[in-house]
Amino acid sequence: MFLRMIRGTLLRQWKKMLMIAFTIALGASLAAAMLSVMLDVGDKVNQELKTYGANITVVPKSSSVLNDLYDVEGEESAGAYLREDELGKIKTIFWAFNIVDYAPFLNTQANLDDGSEIQVTGSWFNHHMELPTGETLDAGIASMRSWWELKEGLWLDEQTTDENSAMVGAELAEAQGLHAGDTIHVTGTAADLLLHVSGIYDAGGDEDNQLYVPLNTAQALGGLDGKVDSIEVSALTTPDNELAERAAKNPASLTVAQYEIWYCTAYASSICYQIQEVITDSVASPVRQVADSEGAILEKTQLLMVLITILSLIGAALGICNLVTASVMERSSEIGLMKAIGAQNGAISGLVLTEIFITAIFGGVIGFLAGFGFAQIIGHTVFGSAITMKPMVIPIVAVLVVLVTLIGSIPAIRMLLRLRPAEVLHGGH
Amino acid sequence: MSLLELKNVYKIYGELHALDNVSLKVEKGEWVSIMGPSGSGKSTMMNIIGCMDKPSKGEVLLDGVDISKENARSLTAVRRDKIGLIFQQFHLVNYLTAVENVMLAQYYHSMPDEKEALEALDRVGLADRAHHLPSQLSGGEQQRVCVARALINYPEIILADEPTGNLDEANEEIVVDLFHKLHNEGTTLIVVTHDPEVAEVAQRTLVLRNGKLHKEIVNQNFTGKIHFDDMQEFRKEETK
Repeated sequence: MFLRMIRGTLLRQWKKMLMIAFTIALGASLAAAMLSVMLDVGDKVNQELKTYGANITVVPKSSSVLNDLYDVEGEESAGAYLREDELGKIKTIFWAFNIVDYAPFLNTQANLDDGSEIQVTGSWFNHHMELPTGETLDAGIASMRSWWELKEGLWLDEQTTDENSAMVGAELAEAQGLHAGDTIHVTGTAADLLLHVSGIYDAGGDEDNQLYVPLNTAQALGGLDGKVDSIEVSALTTPDNELAERAAKNPASLTVAQYEIWYCTAYASSICYQIQEVITDSVASPVRQVADSEGAILEKTQLLMVLITILSLIGAALGICNLVTASVMERSSEIGLMKAIGAQNGAISGLVLTEIFITAIFGGVIGFLAGFGFAQIIGHTVFGSAITMKPMVIPIVAVLVVLVTLIGSIPAIRMLLRLRPAEVLHGGH
Repeated sequence: MSLLELKNVYKIYGELHALDNVSLKVEKGEWVSIMGPSGSGKSTMMNIIGCMDKPSKGEVLLDGVDISKENARSLTAVRRDKIGLIFQQFHLVNYLTAVENVMLAQYYHSMPDEKEALEALDRVGLADRAHHLPSQLSGGEQQRVCVARALINYPEIILADEPTGNLDEANEEIVVDLFHKLHNEGTTLIVVTHDPEVAEVAQRTLVLRNGKLHKEIVNQNFTGKIHFDDMQEFRKEETK
């Protein structure tokens, strides 16, 4: 009998039920889309922020001590180097998959033919590596210096050009009258080389007065084979919390359980710690401004998503409230009759709620699928890639749909409970 | 002990006394009509007897139990177990068939039983219309479904509010004839009506005016066995 009544109501009031389902679908779709984006936005924002440069720098331990003592950050200390042959180990740490890109740097002084002294920086451009794990990796500054504007020529391609190529800063090129395709004679402390200018870049800073060459070329000029001044690492990180901040100061202060949580979470500090474990005599530290910006942007983006989700659910609840109340008012004589022939309030509330929840399930499923679609549109429009639907979105959206439907139905149920059969069946007096 | 007894019942809305010190008794198996003009308090009395409202003052004893002090939940249970309601507007659920409408009363009372519901429809002459929706039935047929629904749980009292108010003469006669049959079977009937022709076929007619019990008329000619054809003669005699 109960099912016959449910079926009868759903079929008879299909237009109203469709409107309720549509309202629920709208709320559910926005909630599903926002939650999916919110849960995936961390990685997306991190990837986006990677284009603004590295967020971890690795320097030799002695150089770091000098920096701390004399506050000379940025200047390398003479005589302290990292080992080039250990660079591949960075991709063997626990959080290897979070290492998006990295590049070593070696600075050396050299003279040009007119006697002027310039800084030559050796690095990887698009360096191809065979990792100890058997994997291959292409890393270098080609993607980590995305803000460089190429004025002339092409990016230096390590795979196709020889080692004696260079990229020249815009100011240096102007001072020396250099153009792409020219050659420049450079004299270092250990060798002098004739370099082919592959491109001229504008970095908008000190780098515009420098010459960028492949790492091996800089090592040859300075007589520093196998040596590296510093490493810049671009890693996907989790915003720091209180645990990460404590660990960054002193990992030994953590309990075993806290240490495991910290070590197995992609905090910048735990990735730094793991890099230090594989690079001999090194100090890895987060570039605080970038790390902080990532955290702040992520938090604000997630807050925005939460607010949109809440607002959409409030809107859906109000819509459901109006529609269900209108439906109950329309059916007041039917409900009055049920009460008159002996139906208790609980039985009628159960009937109405069952109808609404069947409609809500229908609307919720449609809304969830639409939300998945919206999330993909947001992903492709804003981040240029698909949004991964996390399984936890399904129960969260289900709970939200139930809550919104319940809350939206409260005024109608209250009206239903107050309804007196005498008033709707044949007037009061 | 009377089946139903009202003792000094008042129903007051602000300054208006919809019922003003009404006392009456209805015995088991009796057929009583309550009549009066509009605003006389008929519907208010119907609501109070039907447990759909409570008096402002006074006692309403049903089977010796004062129902005037019961809460809404208990009154619902009393309606379900002891009273069969028939309305002027029929109030059938329009998406359920005739038999399903009868089963609805069973559902809220105990357990739906389609066979029993079909038998009830057969008693009111609607066995062949059992699977029709209300919109496919005439007014008289809808009212007969209402009667079947009121009967299905074997109530102590059948309470009918203007049962013929929306019916043509032919259907009115069919419904009144049904009441005779029910009365002959021992059912207690209380029929609220403003139609003297419907009121006068009862054993006793209570006339309300301005919320007070104005007059009580006992039908001396009532045999309790009047059937459709007899009723026509009864009317003619009354007219004389």
